[in-house]
Amino acid sequence: MADEIVRQYVDSASTTGNVTMSVWRGDAGDGCFVEYELEAKEGEVVLDVIHRMQATQAPDLACRWNCKAGKCGSCSAEINGKPALMCMTRMETLPTGEPITVAPLKTFPIIRDLVTDVSYNYEVAKRIPSFNPRPKTTDELKAGGYRMAQIDVERSQEFRKCIECFLCQDVCHVIRDHEENKTTFAGPRFFARSAELEMHPLDVTDRRAILREEQGLGMCNITKCCTEVCPEHIKITDNAIIPLKERVVDASYDPVAWLGRKILRRTKASAAEAQATSPVSGPPGVQPDAAVRGIPTAVGE
Amino acid sequence: MPEYETHDFDVIVIGAGGAGLRAAIEANAKGLRTALVCKSLLGKAHTVMAEGGVAAALGNVYPEDNWEVHFRDTMRGGKMLNNWRMAQLHAQESPDRVRELEEWGALFDRTKDGLILQRDFGGHRYARLAHVGDRTGLELIRTLQQKAVADGVEVFMEVKVLRLLRDADGVVSGAVGYWRPSGEFVAFTAKSVVLATGGIGRSWMYTTNSWESTGDGVAMALWAGADAIEMECVQFHPTGMVWPMSVRGLLVTEAVRGDGGVLRNSDGERFMFDYIPEMFAAETADSEAEGDRWYDDHANNRRPPELLPRDEVARSINSEVKAGRGSPHGGVFLDIASRLSAEDIRRKLPSMYHQFKELAGVDITAEAMEVGPTCHYANGGVRVDADSTATTAPGLFAAGELAGGLHGSNRLGGNSLSDLIVFGRRAGIGAAEFAEGRTGRVTVDEGEIASAIAAALAPFERDGGESPYDVHHDLQTTMQSLVGIIRTGSELEEAMGKIEAFEERAANVSASGGRQYNPGWNLATDLPSMLTVSRCVAQGALNRKESRGGHTRQDFPRPDPEMGSVNFVQGIPTSTTDTSGAGGTPSVRSITITPVPLPVMPDELKALMELKEAY
Repeated sequence: MADEIVRQYVDSASTTGNVTMSVWRGDAGDGCFVEYELEAKEGEVVLDVIHRMQATQAPDLACRWNCKAGKCGSCSAEINGKPALMCMTRMETLPTGEPITVAPLKTFPIIRDLVTDVSYNYEVAKRIPSFNPRPKTTDELKAGGYRMAQIDVERSQEFRKCIECFLCQDVCHVIRDHEENKTTFAGPRFFARSAELEMHPLDVTDRRAILREEQGLGMCNITKCCTEVCPEHIKITDNAIIPLKERVVDASYDPVAWLGRKILRRTKASAAEAQATSPVSGPPGVQPDAAVRGIPTAVGE
Repeated sequence: MPEYETHDFDVIVIGAGGAGLRAAIEANAKGLRTALVCKSLLGKAHTVMAEGGVAAALGNVYPEDNWEVHFRDTMRGGKMLNNWRMAQLHAQESPDRVRELEEWGALFDRTKDGLILQRDFGGHRYARLAHVGDRTGLELIRTLQQKAVADGVEVFMEVKVLRLLRDADGVVSGAVGYWRPSGEFVAFTAKSVVLATGGIGRSWMYTTNSWESTGDGVAMALWAGADAIEMECVQFHPTGMVWPMSVRGLLVTEAVRGDGGVLRNSDGERFMFDYIPEMFAAETADSEAEGDRWYDDHANNRRPPELLPRDEVARSINSEVKAGRGSPHGGVFLDIASRLSAEDIRRKLPSMYHQFKELAGVDITAEAMEVGPTCHYANGGVRVDADSTATTAPGLFAAGELAGGLHGSNRLGGNSLSDLIVFGRRAGIGAAEFAEGRTGRVTVDEGEIASAIAAALAPFERDGGESPYDVHHDLQTTMQSLVGIIRTGSELEEAMGKIEAFEERAANVSASGGRQYNPGWNLATDLPSMLTVSRCVAQGALNRKESRGGHTRQDFPRPDPEMGSVNFVQGIPTSTTDTSGAGGTPSVRSITITPVPLPVMPDELKALMELKEAY
């Protein structure tokens, strides 16, 4: 068997005909798809082919990348129309006999070729209220560190797998098709970040009012596009956005919870929550976010 | 001359991996105006690749663990070439730095008691690595990134720094570079500068490192008058993937061999049986049958030769390839498929299985992997003062992979992440104190800025020059074949000459297109650093006539106590006047090398080294 395994490699040819790459070239002003033909080589991902193009045909082809191992989230692009990491898209998984298109992310302004200006994401990140842990208990001060159960850290750990490739932001139609929403919408990546902090066993800040009032959580109508493109397989919609929506609803519209807060002082009280305590009329259990926020008409498409 | 923007800060930190972020957080917390300048987007630095964990003697799993044992492990791993004071500070301070990460939001895996869980790793006496599954580096960089953003550290993303700037007295006072997205130039003035630019792996063909690891920090430090040490001690991992392209360089964990994986040549032979050194003969199986029995019965059988130390395995792979018995792409075959059932492979090696399935379409339950030595980590680097991280160039501080000393000739797994946070913080403090003590207006030589910009733009003005990609490719080929994991004097001499020739070629490359996000031009401006560090490694390797840790000489196969008592210190005495290298930098020919006795370890620490009962 070992011989067969070895022979498998020895006999394998390394080139497999030609491939045509149709790559978007241009800048903020203007651009178009340009076709490049090159040898198809066995075992390559799209990023390998882009690198060979740079080395042989297009030395100035702009492309962002770092680790080439699916861990840094730099090489996001739209390959045959689908948002994906170039380093994790194997050539053999793409249809043969037709050009492979590689385009920059559509949601962000173009810098050049495949590189877009993703600063929107870094601006949103700055507006997320930062981590704010409870003080250590006497036991913890003695033990030297916080005590948390594995099962409790796992919920937030799922979101901390995020490699910030911003594919979820790219595919989210709330900003993909509506530039104007960028000022009032944080996007799936940052809902996952807020969920991570909300579910963090140590954090004591309440972010629900901000999520509702400043970050447009209600504008998400859970089409799950973000979850589908996540290279880390984070269940953004089910595990982050929907639970956040529920928490926001509880905070803002559940009269029992509202009354409870009036009577009892909650541990997660904060200035933010104080602003969010006035209930909006409407039956509990219905998600009134959409009505309150006034979602743009195109969202349901 | 093209215009450039200027910014003035108290402290600038160049590089935004773990060390740079930690330094910037510290300097900023001291109330100093701090800027973080990085070549990529924030949060993408090579720190994200670290998997196993961060080493710290927290004692959460083994209460008997403490800094003294960690110190001893680190010194032994580095074959005593380490800077003892760095190893001491590192072992003493890493537990606090790890707990601090938790206070900033990091979520490590937990023990049953709810404390930070620690895992075993090679060379560490006790389970010591705090971790988050196999993505500890990501957790570390994201935590520090979020802390730095929350604290309001000013970040300059996607800025390639070309050169450090000195004032009339030779004090480092700023840096000049360009914004990659626009190609516009930018100059910084600062009272002190921290370098934290990471590794040097891009000089080799097979490397685990990202494109950023071009050794900019080590090179810029040398050009600014600082020293480097132990540059020859580059850590190679024996089993990196050499094929398919999509995973070239990627590590195949040693666990694959530990669980039964065997190495075969193109004839299908388990060649490791031909390479059992005398030293290990007594404890190594001499037949396949015995080796195979060992997996189930350690007591009555000896271990298979695939599990010899890393350097032995790498040397053997190298010999097979050189003898023409390698795999089609220049490695050998690592076969687990014929050894374990598909189900067992998936159960025992889940992340390996998924990684190769997803990134390469390789099913390791059905096919052999093609593996060979891959360049992984720079043990050496800029020479620093242990306590302050000050380099020998006034005003310049250095931390992280680009600093030398802590790891000696060989780094233990897990000690890189702890290095970043311990010495990142110390660099922040050192730079802040230097900045606070500096009086008068910081001035830089505008002529120096102008010449750096002119040199950077020169590739656009040359018509018909060579492609920077070709020079880079040839440099990688040379470093891989002549300055790889196993070295000999004659090959190193050859490499020295070739690097000089590459320098001449690099001085004549052309760039096409515009300045905006132009990778060909960017590569042309990275070449001077790559050439400088490549020369340092070759020169260091030529001078260290012994085998020690990450440095193996075929012609000097044993450690030599005399060689083991010195650091090889490299520098450029003519750094202020020599501009004859690529991109107007000092020539690689001007790098000097001097053996300098190791710092003397105090007796109380020596006593720790002699304690044997723990082993």
